[in-house]
Amino acid sequence: MNTLPQELRYTTTHEWVRIENDTATIGITEHAQSLLGDLVFVDLPTLKKGLAVGDDAAVVESVKAAADVYSPVDGEVIAVNTDLNDKPELINQEPYGAGWLFKVKLVGELPLSLLSAADYEAMLDEE
Amino acid sequence: MGKRTVLYDTHVAMGAKMVDFAGFDMPLHYGSQIEEHHQVRRHAGIFDVSHMVVVDVLGAGARDYLRYILANDIDKMAHRGSALYSCMLNEQGTVIDDLIVYFIDSQHYRIVLNAGSAQKDLQWMEQHVKHYALGLHRRDDLSILAVQGPETIALLTALNDPFITDTIHTIARFQCADSDDLFIARTGYTGEDGFELIVPNKRVVALWEQLCAAGFKPCGLGARDTLRLEAGYNLYGQDMDESTSPLCSNLAWTIALQPAERLFIGKSALLAEKEHGVTQQLVGLVLADKGILRSHQRVLLADGLEGETTSGSFAPTLGQSIAFARIPKGDYKECEVIIRDKAHKAHIVKPPFVPFNSSKNP
Repeated sequence: MNTLPQELRYTTTHEWVRIENDTATIGITEHAQSLLGDLVFVDLPTLKKGLAVGDDAAVVESVKAAADVYSPVDGEVIAVNTDLNDKPELINQEPYGAGWLFKVKLVGELPLSLLSAADYEAMLDEE
Repeated sequence: MGKRTVLYDTHVAMGAKMVDFAGFDMPLHYGSQIEEHHQVRRHAGIFDVSHMVVVDVLGAGARDYLRYILANDIDKMAHRGSALYSCMLNEQGTVIDDLIVYFIDSQHYRIVLNAGSAQKDLQWMEQHVKHYALGLHRRDDLSILAVQGPETIALLTALNDPFITDTIHTIARFQCADSDDLFIARTGYTGEDGFELIVPNKRVVALWEQLCAAGFKPCGLGARDTLRLEAGYNLYGQDMDESTSPLCSNLAWTIALQPAERLFIGKSALLAEKEHGVTQQLVGLVLADKGILRSHQRVLLADGLEGETTSGSFAPTLGQSIAFARIPKGDYKECEVIIRDKAHKAHIVKPPFVPFNSSKNP
């Protein structure tokens, strides 16, 4: 079993969040990419788009299925991973690294709904 | 828990991701669906398709019976050892299932049915047996493997099995041959040259392992779906079903209206449909924009008419997204497809998207 990066926060919908000062980097988890299979297309948010927790932020599509990515935080989109336009498979290969999706400049408090690595792992074990 | 083929434990041991397909737990892929797709286009892959149902039609009435219940004419098969693709229609001229029929001898035809429709197919077939001298024998004692791809003949030859070697170098596309415990047909669902092997269940695990050791890479139903879509092959239940006629499903070529004296189920409905004018067609779409086509997306035409995609996916060989769509009859070249509320431009083409045996016919 893969061990989860302990420094990240997670959501029940299988996004991860890396918080650095007032910036959040967001991607989908190893578990999510493995369920989707080979990714072939990513629809990223537009820069400066305002996102609230739970908003549709991006779409990742594998050969077989499309999945919405929800914003785990409140804020404004300040960067998107344009490498994914030509290489969506980066999400399969490095979901916590080169496969990141977008960055948000945080507004307000972090939502209480974010899970620790231990809580997310416990949730996966129950599935 | 779904039904399992004899190879279930073998798939799990080889790391397959199993999914439900037509009530069976089947391999979706063994790691990467896209790599498996390329493996079949460029080298050779092996599929377990034992969820499909083999039915032997035995008896003196077999020929007359099949000429009545199938829309294609089995008399197109001039010699034993031939295969034919056909639809089985209801009286309304819509599709109960599509199938392959093999002509083994004058009192023995073999049919392979889709897993998801086999039960209703058999009920339908039983209903029409009564006037004919024959028996329908469902062969759950048999498994089916498909070996497909440009290296298939070389890898099979290296097995040094006299019957296999002799057969694969003798039979042409859509021909078949059998020995006591192995039936070989040069058919498939990938758009590549290859064979389908029908063997007793008790032999299938050993044969699978032998073929994998020979260099065939295991491939799941995920790759099978993108391969068939690129090759322009319909999938029953998605691209045609009991609400659609073969005439609007790109299957008119499988309807044998000649000889005129042959009556078959659905013929009068098809003749009436032709007389009134077929109103729809199944076409290929190639997405010009980025994005992925899926089934049941709206298709908008320049004249205001609309259609709908029936199958859609990313096409690994092309690096683009492709689909089948059912649209009104007409000479359309372009359309727009609605993906998540946005219109995307697509080109209308005649399938196949990837020509047969493409690596050998570049």
